[in-house]
Amino acid sequence: MKITGAQAWLKCLEEQNVDTVFGFPGGAVIDLYDEILAQDKITHVLVRHEQAAVHAADAYARVIGDVGVALVTSGPGATNTVTGIASAYLDSIPIVVFTGQVPTGLIGNDAFQEVDIVGITRPCTKHNYLVKDPNQLVSTIREAFHIARTGRPGPVLVDLPKDVMAAKISFPEPKPVKMRTYQPTYEPHPGQVEKACRAIMKAKKPVFYIGGGVIASKAHDELTELARKMDIPVTMTLMGLGGFPGTDPLSMGMLGMHGTYYSNMAVANCDLLVSVGARFDDRVTGRIDAFAPHAKIIHIDIDPTSISKNVRVDIPIVADCKHALAGMNNWFDRCKEIDLAAEKEKHEPWLKQIKDWKVEHPLGYVEETDIIKPQFVVQKLHELTQGDAIITTEVGQNQMWAAQFYHFNHPRAFMTSGGLGVMGYGFPAAIGAQMAAPDRTVIDIAGDGSIQMNIQEMATAMQYKLPVKIAILNNNFLGMVRQWQELFYDKKYSATPLDVAPDFVALAKAYGAVGLRATKPSEVEPVIKEALATKNLVVMDFVIAREEGVYPMVPAGKATTEMLLV
Amino acid sequence: MKHTISVLLQNRPGVLSRVTGLFSGRGFNIESLSVAPTLEADISCLTLVTTGDDAIVEQITKQLHKLIDVIKVTDISETDYVEREMALVRVKAEPSTRAEILRITDIFRGKVVDVSPRSFAVEVTGTCDKVKAMIDLLRPIGIQEIIRTGTIAMTRASKKF
Repeated sequence: MKITGAQAWLKCLEEQNVDTVFGFPGGAVIDLYDEILAQDKITHVLVRHEQAAVHAADAYARVIGDVGVALVTSGPGATNTVTGIASAYLDSIPIVVFTGQVPTGLIGNDAFQEVDIVGITRPCTKHNYLVKDPNQLVSTIREAFHIARTGRPGPVLVDLPKDVMAAKISFPEPKPVKMRTYQPTYEPHPGQVEKACRAIMKAKKPVFYIGGGVIASKAHDELTELARKMDIPVTMTLMGLGGFPGTDPLSMGMLGMHGTYYSNMAVANCDLLVSVGARFDDRVTGRIDAFAPHAKIIHIDIDPTSISKNVRVDIPIVADCKHALAGMNNWFDRCKEIDLAAEKEKHEPWLKQIKDWKVEHPLGYVEETDIIKPQFVVQKLHELTQGDAIITTEVGQNQMWAAQFYHFNHPRAFMTSGGLGVMGYGFPAAIGAQMAAPDRTVIDIAGDGSIQMNIQEMATAMQYKLPVKIAILNNNFLGMVRQWQELFYDKKYSATPLDVAPDFVALAKAYGAVGLRATKPSEVEPVIKEALATKNLVVMDFVIAREEGVYPMVPAGKATTEMLLV
Repeated sequence: MKHTISVLLQNRPGVLSRVTGLFSGRGFNIESLSVAPTLEADISCLTLVTTGDDAIVEQITKQLHKLIDVIKVTDISETDYVEREMALVRVKAEPSTRAEILRITDIFRGKVVDVSPRSFAVEVTGTCDKVKAMIDLLRPIGIQEIIRTGTIAMTRASKKF
């Protein structure tokens, strides 16, 4: 029996266990929307801007640990997705974005709402497709999902011309995708695993430096087991937060530009750096020749291009982090030469040193009685949610304070645009996360600048009755840029004061949401409590110390030991 | 250092721009590039010549391999290989220089492929250096136009039985 391309598209989504699609309609995708209306297995979430659809799909993917899906129309619908796609690409998040396209006969004619979205997104997708032959539609969609979710995950775009959606095709039987050109390496080389284990046994001052790969590969338990087995301290990148329990004594929190003093000191002084699913980003390494200068480096990553890209690696392991860490745990468990108690004892002086650093310069801020400090707000959010909320962030100071002061004990609870740094990510991401986890508390920690980049999504949250909480750390500034201007540009605050701002409480009410404001430290806790007790979208407007900075801070291009402290 | 890299890829629309986009986006060099189908019609071979230190060439090969449409990447310059390039050169031909042009062409085992009252077009194939050497000799006579292909290269087969 023949079905239309649009019907086949929907069947493909069902086959891939997709239950939610974030999208926005347009002329080129009406056929798809017609099919969406005719069924009830897949929920469509109507966003108010296509960028939000992609961020929401991104966060949805992070929460469920599988592929998120967005659907938009051709032309501007497609170009509006580019920021979201680029963000998912840099953060290795599996999403499939479907874009409408003008009919195949019009492609290349500068037709109405035509754009070469496959050309535009080529450098920021893991792969992309233009489906010209209706008979290739189903196999292409299957490939797209396969590529998005396997190997180093990432965004895949499928461009769907209108006539392909209307064409009649027969639906081929499902079969596993096999691709001659794409076979990611999951299993580590046993010889490399042994080398890595022996290097760990030799080390006196080892450090785990873990990134988003630990979360992507669901390697949280294997990593925790290995770190605790040997008493090895762990530091995390922004993307790695939650990959190891943040309240564990072995956790040193985040490293890098706004990392903890002790993380950066530990990396600078360690004799072995075990990098798991991280990519030695410039925000992590600072001046590259001063990064872990005394250390032998082990690097576990599923993507060979990440290895020895920025820093020369001594023991590379190309593998899925989960498999590699399991292999190492296994090797140690079977190793007869190793005495775990002696290993732990050997690391005692090193852990003592790190403890001293923690006491010397703990993560902190100057408390004040009459002005709200943003760090205090994040601490209170952590306390009143028992550290159990899903936190999304915008980008800038709000993001760093969230990363520093909300201690994540579980993976898939922290969503942030790490690599691309997208202002406007947090709120649509919170919508995506809440759709994926209806019973969890979802909080977007925002700034007054970045919340305005996708504030239109309040309508989406209201429409789908999503009780997302937005905590605006409101300093009337584009705070992170202001901080750089304060420190490195003689306090010339060019274009960073937000002199005109909406009344966020009134704005919330205009959308039918709840607006709350705190202007004194004593009001913070009651506001958060009320927000958490409210089954509705809530905007909390915290009027904070205007010129508060994020510390520690490593100035760009400096060694990570050259930190500016509180 | 110069490297000749051979890339087998799926013969699909847009695949060439994936390769060139990778080079421009990541700031790698392309000195020359040539691409055509192989024995299997749906697979093309792309030969490109690039320069860079070992770390850069390692990144180039890894990044190429990461492209979904790429089947195989070989740094041919690390093997024993043959390489060829072809050039078509149009030279001004006066009665006084005609014999000289033919002599040079002959020395380089080239061929005259087009003749007009005022010019010869000469074809030459060989390594990049050989082609360059012939062009250098023809230059004083008066070159009007040069069209060169990129380098193509092939690993030598094993000499063992």
